[in-house]
Amino acid sequence: MTPERLARGQELIARYPQPQSALIPFLQYCQEQDGYVTLQAMKDAGELVGVTPGEVESIASFYTLLFKEPAGKHIIQVCRTLSCSLRGADELQSYIKRKLGIGHLESSADGRFYYEEVECLAACDRAPCLQHNLEFHYDVTPAAFDSLLEQWLTQPPQPAMPAE
Amino acid sequence: MATFEPVIMKGIGEIDLTDIDIYERNGGFAGLRKALREMTPDSVTAEVTNSNLRGRGGAGFPTGRKWGFLPKDGRERYLVVNCDEAEPGTFKDRMLLEYTPLQIIEGIAIAAYAIGAEQAYIYIRGEFLEGSRTFRRALAAAASRNYLGERIAGTDFSLDLVVHRGAGAYICGEETAQLESIEGKRGEPRLKPPFPAIAGLYGMPTVVNNVETLCYVKQIIERGAQWFAKIGPEKSPGPKIMSVSGHVKKPGNYEIPLGIPARELIEEYAGGLLPGRTLKAFQPGGASSAALFAEDLDVAIDFDSLGAKRTMLGSGGFVVMDDTACMVNCARTLTRFFEHESCGQCTPCREGGQWVARMVARLEAGEGSDEDLRVLNTINNTITGTNLCPLGDSIMPFLASVLRRFPEEFAAHVAHGGCPLKQTPVGAA
Ligand SMILES: Cc1cc2nc3c(=O)[nH]c(=O)nc-3n(C[C@H](O)[C@H](O)[C@H](O)COP(=O)(O)O)c2cc1C
Ligand code: SF4
Ligand code: FES
Repeated sequence: MTPERLARGQELIARYPQPQSALIPFLQYCQEQDGYVTLQAMKDAGELVGVTPGEVESIASFYTLLFKEPAGKHIIQVCRTLSCSLRGADELQSYIKRKLGIGHLESSADGRFYYEEVECLAACDRAPCLQHNLEFHYDVTPAAFDSLLEQWLTQPPQPAMPAE
Repeated sequence: MATFEPVIMKGIGEIDLTDIDIYERNGGFAGLRKALREMTPDSVTAEVTNSNLRGRGGAGFPTGRKWGFLPKDGRERYLVVNCDEAEPGTFKDRMLLEYTPLQIIEGIAIAAYAIGAEQAYIYIRGEFLEGSRTFRRALAAAASRNYLGERIAGTDFSLDLVVHRGAGAYICGEETAQLESIEGKRGEPRLKPPFPAIAGLYGMPTVVNNVETLCYVKQIIERGAQWFAKIGPEKSPGPKIMSVSGHVKKPGNYEIPLGIPARELIEEYAGGLLPGRTLKAFQPGGASSAALFAEDLDVAIDFDSLGAKRTMLGSGGFVVMDDTACMVNCARTLTRFFEHESCGQCTPCREGGQWVARMVARLEAGEGSDEDLRVLNTINNTITGTNLCPLGDSIMPFLASVLRRFPEEFAAHVAHGGCPLKQTPVGAA
């Protein structure tokens, strides 16, 4: 484990009465830097809090915001639940998939984009909505998506899954 | 027009309540100061009990009574604050987090004082990154003025509050799954009993409360139990935020006095239906609640009146569907939701949920059969009431209610090979 990771790990552990509580926050921290939860991160996490790598894997696999393989620089998660579906989510989804040339749970070949249809994002009053690298965008029409995409591609690189 | 003066939503959209100076100038921390200076922990609990406040997270359990269950045995105890909001159709907790985080913090400090907790955790849904950032800033500001930390406001009471971010899992909103998740495990609900009050976080006595509940705690301490108890029905009193979405002119969060008719929420608060449309169905309490229909518009919005209609107030996620909505398609998105979110521990929830979702998807796609309909109409008792946690019992209510009310719509999907409401039926192009 790098000294930096160890230091961060210890900081997280200090917040809780039991070290294992720091497991997920630590994986989130590693994911922010690596783009996904690497094997090394899972090994480090296990060592840090005292559980086996197998257990870490089983725990990590429970959570949908922990990616077990490289996803993309731009993680696009479009809501598919009832309120959004009533207000145009289905059309938006088809449009984005066509535009990016990838389907649900797929990454683009160049590693730039990852696309996923997710459950209610608690923004149902401004449907349809989506998150790009965990940032909300509301009332997204196909035309609005085009200009968002342009923006994302010109802005400086940022972590796809920020930890805090 | 709606006339109820907002209480916990007061100022939202008008002033920046995330700024601690502005929050303090608008009554901020008056409730906490009153609790710490003028009240004992037991009198705070008594005040909340007397207000008849019922939990706003979904289950509607009386808050004061829940606090009273903690054994007084000298063990360390914890307050866990539930901000995992993921019940489809509900978006009030995210608003409170982003727009009035200091009110949440004040409610947390009062509740922790009442139950004798010196350590609290707020579990913030992983997707709420922006909200968690706002909340952390508010937390730092509150700590800098000694509303959190050591010896708060010069008293003997100290409180440490830790932000714990979720990582994607609806089930972690269920209180025991949330405790598992904070302990760094898979978010699988625990078998109850023991209840969290006896053996909760790290095996210690624990209270889990929703963030909206805690905002009302602050208001009750400031204004008194009687103020709260006098609003709305006696057994289900107080204001409540309703998240209204779907086919209305003005979707949004509305703070209502409980007990008003559903019609008033739709027409007065949410601006009514879209032009030229008629009401087909509405869900009063999130994805887990059974639908109600045009003939039910006079039902009062409160825990008991909705319960009497075999649905529920739940978290207050109020979704409106007009005549353009296909009930089979609505049922498809919701059964898929539960299939996706089942933690997999119980067979009826895991397998039954998958089956039901697949059958409804098949019907929606125009590939369903009369046999599918027969099974859907009889499967309810096999899935409901046989699971560890309420998620398993949430799979069927919406589907069963629309199947009962609109059987012809489901049958038409079989006969038509798809949705008759669509301009071009599936397969006809
Ligand atoms: C599947 C499921 C999901 C839940 N999600 C939430 C949630 O996101 N937020 C919440 O406050 N309560 C949620 N609850 C209810 C909690 O278990 C618990 O009753 C509540 O947090 C207690 O707080 P209250 O008494 O203040 O309402 C959920 C329950 C179930 C069964
Ligand atoms: S009912 Fe479903 S979600 Fe709840 S514990 Fe059982 S399998 Fe998990
Ligand atoms: S249904 Fe899309 S945000 Fe709630």
